[in-house]
Amino acid sequence: MTAPAPGTAAARPEPRPAPRGRRILAHAGLEARILLTNGEQLIVAILLPAMVLIGLRMLPIGRLDGTDPVDTALAAALATALISTSFTSQAIQTGFDRRNGVLRWVATTPLGRDGYLLGKILATLLVQVVQVIVLGLLAAVLGWRPGLLELLTLVPIWLLGTVAFGALGLLVAGLLRTEAVLAVSNLVFVVLVAAGGVAIPAAAYPRLLRGLVDLLPSGALGDLLRACVAGGPFAIGSVAVLLLWAVAGCLAVLRWFRWTDS
Amino acid sequence: MTSPSSAAPALLARELTHSYGPVRALDGLSLTARRGEVTALLGPNGAGKTTAVSCATGLLRPAAGTLEVLGVDPWRAGPEHRSRVGVMIQDGGLASGTTAGRLLRYGASLYEAPLDVDEVAEHLGIDAFATTLVRRLSGGQRQRLALALAIVGRPELLFLDEPTAGMDPAIRQRVRRLIRALAETGTAVVLTTHMMDDVVGLADAVCVIAGGRTVASGSVQEVITAHHARAGSLSMRLAAHGVDPAVAPALEADLRAAAARHGADLEVTGAGAADLEAVLLDLMAAPADAPDGARPSTPDAAVAEDQEDR
Repeated sequence: MTAPAPGTAAARPEPRPAPRGRRILAHAGLEARILLTNGEQLIVAILLPAMVLIGLRMLPIGRLDGTDPVDTALAAALATALISTSFTSQAIQTGFDRRNGVLRWVATTPLGRDGYLLGKILATLLVQVVQVIVLGLLAAVLGWRPGLLELLTLVPIWLLGTVAFGALGLLVAGLLRTEAVLAVSNLVFVVLVAAGGVAIPAAAYPRLLRGLVDLLPSGALGDLLRACVAGGPFAIGSVAVLLLWAVAGCLAVLRWFRWTDS
Repeated sequence: MTSPSSAAPALLARELTHSYGPVRALDGLSLTARRGEVTALLGPNGAGKTTAVSCATGLLRPAAGTLEVLGVDPWRAGPEHRSRVGVMIQDGGLASGTTAGRLLRYGASLYEAPLDVDEVAEHLGIDAFATTLVRRLSGGQRQRLALALAIVGRPELLFLDEPTAGMDPAIRQRVRRLIRALAETGTAVVLTTHMMDDVVGLADAVCVIAGGRTVASGSVQEVITAHHARAGSLSMRLAAHGVDPAVAPALEADLRAAAARHGADLEVTGAGAADLEAVLLDLMAAPADAPDGARPSTPDAAVAEDQEDR
C-alpha cells in the first residue's frame, strides 16, 4: 500500500456537520429506499392495500348505502396502506434498527436522535405518496372519479392518522423484543384491517362490538377516510378519537421508547 | 484540525460513576486520552469499557464525576460536537436493508466536508462488496464498513470498539496502519479491544479497567513493568534469527542456564499470535512459484477472496 491513508493529509478541513435539512433529507432518502426496495415491505405497503381495493370493489362487503362501491373500497385501501407504512413497517424497521445498534450509532452522529425521527417521518410520508398514487391510479381504472374537495379534506386526516399510527409503531418497536415486534405488528395490522373498522365500517358491526371499534384508531381512521372519499358521515367523534390516540401515542413514546436493548 | 501538540486532552474523565439498576458499571473511573495518541481501554467483559465509551459519546449520562470530550459535556453536545467525534460501536450500528456503498455515502452526507468516499472504500477494500446488502456481509466486512463510517467525517476524536475483530491478517494490518496514521496526524484514538497484538502494535497509552474503575494506566511498557515489578518477574520478547534447528534445544538450555545464574526461572512459551500473523503475511506476499505452494495474495486479493468466501 503506497497511497496515504484517507484522512491523514496535512491540510484538512475542520469537521463540520452538514446543514440540518440536508441531514434529515439524507436519512429520509435512505429509509424510503429501504422501504421501497424490500420485497416483504412492498407486499405489505402496496400489494395488500391493492388487494383490499380490488376485493372490496368486487365483493359486497363494507359498502355504504348510496355510495359508489369503488369509493368505499378505496377508503379502506388507503386506511390499510396508511396503517401498513406508519405502523407495521416502521415498527419492524425501527425494531431491527434498535437490535442492530443503528439507534445507538445515529445518536453519535450529527444526525442525532431527533434527526433520525424526523427523517423517518419524512420517509413514511414519501412512501405514502407512492402508495396514494398507485392506489389512486388503480381506483381510477376501477371507476373512481375524485373531486378536489375530497382530496383536500383527505390531507389533514391522513397526517393525523400517520402521527397516531406512527407513534404506536414506535411504541411497539421501543418496548418489545425484535422478534415480538415482528409478530405483534403484523398481527395487529391484520386484526385492525379485518376487524378493526378498516375494511368494514363500524356501523356494520353488531351493537356490542360497534362501541369498541369506534374507539379504535383504525375504526376512527376508516370512518374518516370513508367520509372524505365516499361522502360518508363525517363524525367529529372520530376526529377526537384519532387525535386522542395520536397525543397518547406521542406521550407514550416520549415516556417509554428505548433507544437501546440494554 | 487541531494541532497534534495541543495540550488539552481530547477526553478527560474523572471519578465517573454509572449504574444499571443495582449493578454498578462505573465506580469512579478516571481516564485521559490525548490528541495524536492511541489510547487502549483494556479489561474483561463487564469491566465497564463500553459504559465508559457510551458516556463519552453522549449515549449515557454518568451519575457522578466530570467528563469533558473536546472541551464539552458530551451529554449536552449538539451536532457540531458530534461531527468532531467518530464512533465505531460494538454491535455495528449498520442499517441492514441497504448496500455497503450506499450506507457509506449516506454516512458521508451527514458531514459538510467528508473524506472522499471512493478513497475510503478503496483503502478499506469496501469497493469489493459495495453493492452487497449489509445484512449479507461477513463479520469482517461489517467491521470495515463500521470503521469507514467512523472516520468518514474527519473526526478529531475516534472511538473504536474491537476495530480489527473478524478481519483477516492483511486487512487487520492495513487497519492498524490506518489507525496509526490517523493518530500521527493529530487524531485522538480511543480503542477497546481484547486483542493484545492490537494494543502492543498500536497503543501509546493503555488504561486497564476492572470493576468499573481504572486499575492501571500509562504506556504499554510502563504498565507491564510496574505489574512485573510487583510480581517479581521480567517479561521480554526474544526472537533468535539464523538458528540451526539442530542446535535450538542447546540454545534454549543455555538461556535457561543464564537465567539460573541470576537466580531466576525462565518460562519459554514458544511462538505467539504475532509470530503466526507475521508468517501468514509473509506467505501471502510470497511469489506464485514459491516452493512450499504458497500462493500470491495481496491485501486486495484477500478482499476479493473474502467476498467469494461468503
